[in-house]
Amino acid sequence: MENIEQRVKKIVAEQLGVNEAEIKNESSFVDDLGADSLDTVELVMALEEEFECEIPDEEAEKITSVQQAIDYVNNHLANKG
Amino acid sequence: MIFSRITGTGGHLPGAAVSNDDLVARGIDTSDEWIADRTGIRFRHFASVQENSSDLALHAARQALAAAGRDAAEVDLVIVATSTPDQVFPSTACLLQHKLGNRTAAAFDVQAVCSGFVYALTIADKFVRSGSHRCALVVGAEVFSRILDWNDRGTCVLFGDGAGAVVLEASAAPGILSSALHADGHYHDILSVPGQVCGGGVSGKPFLQMDGQAVFKFAVRVLGDTAVELMAAAGLPLSALDWLVPHQANIRILQSTAKRLELPMERVVTTVAEHGNTSAASVPLALDVAVRDGRIKPGNHVMLEGVGGGFTWGGVLLRF
Repeated sequence: MENIEQRVKKIVAEQLGVNEAEIKNESSFVDDLGADSLDTVELVMALEEEFECEIPDEEAEKITSVQQAIDYVNNHLANKG
Repeated sequence: MIFSRITGTGGHLPGAAVSNDDLVARGIDTSDEWIADRTGIRFRHFASVQENSSDLALHAARQALAAAGRDAAEVDLVIVATSTPDQVFPSTACLLQHKLGNRTAAAFDVQAVCSGFVYALTIADKFVRSGSHRCALVVGAEVFSRILDWNDRGTCVLFGDGAGAVVLEASAAPGILSSALHADGHYHDILSVPGQVCGGGVSGKPFLQMDGQAVFKFAVRVLGDTAVELMAAAGLPLSALDWLVPHQANIRILQSTAKRLELPMERVVTTVAEHGNTSAASVPLALDVAVRDGRIKPGNHVMLEGVGGGFTWGGVLLRF
């Protein structure tokens, strides 16, 4: 089983149409990976599905980089695969 | 056993197509690229100040009646879905009935915003299946241009005016196979026009306001869930679906929904590029386009889906 970091990066690559190799932990979805506001909504939905959780809107707004997504998943999930 | 079946479709868009660049030329601080990238919208139509929802509905209704080979006098039920009625009352359905010259049908409006048409069609289906009515005219008609805040560039570029109609008749064979309606008023404030007519004026903001990201997320989730619900209710696998005709709000909502359903975009009817979001009119307009261009053929399994303010959502699965 892949770890959370790998799973998050895979989803980011798939949702934003970027190469996994280009995705760094510090990458900002909007500034570095070319996401717009709707891409980030879809990304959060994909994370919710992958990790079987619901991310409240006020929390979702704070997830703007790959590392923040990884941290959110690490901090909020019982099921860490 | 009585079923209900769509026997004719019609659609009407007022005036000339208004492009994104036309909106820029009117002084709206936006660009073709911004609108097209985020919404897929290229054009929309706006009614003149003399044209109301019932006028647009009349054109669409006449087309649908002609396609069904029915006279207006044969209609025994008129349901108009609209959030932009001509007047506070009487209903737009009664005004349409009058313009059609029909004096005997039952007539009323349904208010479920962008889900209005699937709500109205579901209601008509139940009337027809009960045996109480045999020939229903179901219309979605809107003049959303009247409730757009032209200083809110995030919303005023999204909507257009139009009307779509179907004739739904009693039939020995289906027809409509399954339907589902839902609402959750908890989300009433993410998409709304809060104003009301009061004391000779308007109390509250008479313009559309929307939390676009919340709406996007909600729409993608419920369009997917409803599709699964409708196929299960009809006892059919998702692979049996020939055409998805969803509410046309935003191409990215439709793409995201199709992806979640693993449905190729080739089987999704999209008119949002040419029509913009026409609220209750969008589903019957898109249905009419795909029927008239020959994509939707007799025997095809077609799913109509709506989602909108309320929040409301739902759909109808039918064999065309």
